[in-house]
Amino acid sequence: MSQGTLSAPTAPAVVSPHGTLRRLARRNSTTAFLLTLPLILLVLGLVVYPFLYALYLATLNKRMTKFIGLDNFTFLFSRQTFWDVVFQSVLFAVTAVVVKALIGFILAHVLHALPAKGQRKWRGMLLVPWVIPPAISTLAWWWLFDPSYSAFNWVLAGIGVDPVPWLGVPGWARFSVILVNVWYGSPFFMIMYLAALKSVPDQLYEAAAIDGATGWQRLRYVTFPMMRNIISITVLFSLIVTFANFDIVRILTNGGPLDTTHVFATYAFQVGIQSGDIPLGATVSLFMFPLLAVFAIFILRGVNRRNKEMA
Amino acid sequence: MSATAASSTFTPAERKHGSLKRERRWAMIGAYIALAVFIVFFMTPPFHMLMTSLKSSGEIADLSGNPWIVRHPTLQNYWELLTQGNYIIHFRNSVIVTLCTVAITMVISTMAAFALARMKFWGSATLATGVFLTYLVPETLLFIPMFQIIGGLGLYNNMWAMVLIFPTLTVPFCTWIMIGYFASIPKELDEAALIDGAGHLQMLWKIFIPVALPGILAAMIFAFTVSWAAFIYPIAFLVSSDQMVLTVGIVSDLIRADTFQWGKIMAGALMAALPPLLVYAFLMDYYIAGLTAGATKG
Repeated sequence: MSQGTLSAPTAPAVVSPHGTLRRLARRNSTTAFLLTLPLILLVLGLVVYPFLYALYLATLNKRMTKFIGLDNFTFLFSRQTFWDVVFQSVLFAVTAVVVKALIGFILAHVLHALPAKGQRKWRGMLLVPWVIPPAISTLAWWWLFDPSYSAFNWVLAGIGVDPVPWLGVPGWARFSVILVNVWYGSPFFMIMYLAALKSVPDQLYEAAAIDGATGWQRLRYVTFPMMRNIISITVLFSLIVTFANFDIVRILTNGGPLDTTHVFATYAFQVGIQSGDIPLGATVSLFMFPLLAVFAIFILRGVNRRNKEMA
Repeated sequence: MSATAASSTFTPAERKHGSLKRERRWAMIGAYIALAVFIVFFMTPPFHMLMTSLKSSGEIADLSGNPWIVRHPTLQNYWELLTQGNYIIHFRNSVIVTLCTVAITMVISTMAAFALARMKFWGSATLATGVFLTYLVPETLLFIPMFQIIGGLGLYNNMWAMVLIFPTLTVPFCTWIMIGYFASIPKELDEAALIDGAGHLQMLWKIFIPVALPGILAAMIFAFTVSWAAFIYPIAFLVSSDQMVLTVGIVSDLIRADTFQWGKIMAGALMAALPPLLVYAFLMDYYIAGLTAGATKG
């Protein structure tokens, strides 16, 4: 073995496993970095940056020429309309989510009780409101609420009830936007609960039945504890989405009558885009952030706990 | 003694059994009644939409008849939408924007989900959590700064701006559910591939994508429905009719001051709702898998 001639080919051959390993390790993290790079750029550029930019915008005057500190915030605090928006957003989100959760819970139980064969067909029909884009289906509701051609009022007239000004007076307008949101969102709750119900092992119900549990007790001591996590995740998630809702209010009432149905998103749109006061609009939508952040933290906790349970 | 004991234990049991049966029958009747009520509630708007879309404007304006039925069905509204005006352009724009968004979303989130599910690297857990939190950020929080950013990029009133922005609505959730699908693939498959000398990209392309195809399909359907339904960005950023997508185009073109062409609005809305409904009808299981991924997978 002449070292001189063979060293050239062997040396790399001996070193190479080590070298490629190290290179592999290096390549591994490089690959991982490159694979996640588009995602990171997207999140940084189009989510994090706009958010920080919103914080900056909120401190400018209307023409965006001057730094005015927190004046936009204090200005909003002094406006009655803003407090109406806060009230309506909370009312809208809480009422709609509670009703959606109830309807979803009832429907999931009803579906779960059906024989497996018919279930699919019924489930298919019950999910339709969720499948139609809300900006599209709200048009149908808008037409149903039309002041002179309302098909609901035609039915009411048939049973001798006076026509209802669905979108014309504050009380009914608030009811109507919530009704449409419930119509659109209930199927989502139903499908989430149904998935959760299906994951409860039958043995638990059998054990409960052997112990002589009544229907209510089975619900209270078996179903609820098993679904608690999903219920809370779904409710919190829906609170975020409903609180930040835009489509329904924008199309049905555009905030009217007398700004009584404005939620944060539609008010921010009106102030920021339609009236051209971008900084004030940014300020309005930033008010959503603290509440959403709290909900998000709780969701994250629920999801993590569930992941641990599943693992 | 034993006989009495037996009868005293059996009779209540039997009675209980009977009442259970009766209880169950009543429960079933109640279930069907509840179902019927909610089906009527859920189906009313689409049904009324369909009826109105089949009416002539004369019949819509006629207040004497029943608004829930159509007496002289006509396809005139559909025909006019498809032959005149900008409806076709809006539909085309929606298709272009949605297809591009789905393609971009799938590329970004498949790659990222693969890295996050299989390669443990510095900060990968934080990044996964960050992705989930991004999914919880509603677009209504960011549309005003985005308005400025899009304006700064010179993309105001340009439908390609939607292709740039819509992935922010779709990528986080798609990545999230695909992490779940990829993580459920057994590690033995990777090892087999590594032994055969496959690189990471080959592994992704030849193993992960084919094996996780149901999850990828579910994510695609999600991306499709979200970008087809997006409303606030189009309404804030698109002002001229030739750039609009369906969700904003119908309203802006068919409502002129105080004249509402309800027949055409409903026909247009129905056709706009058709693509998601068709996807849902044919791929219901994947659609629901994507929807409930949060509940069953994580």
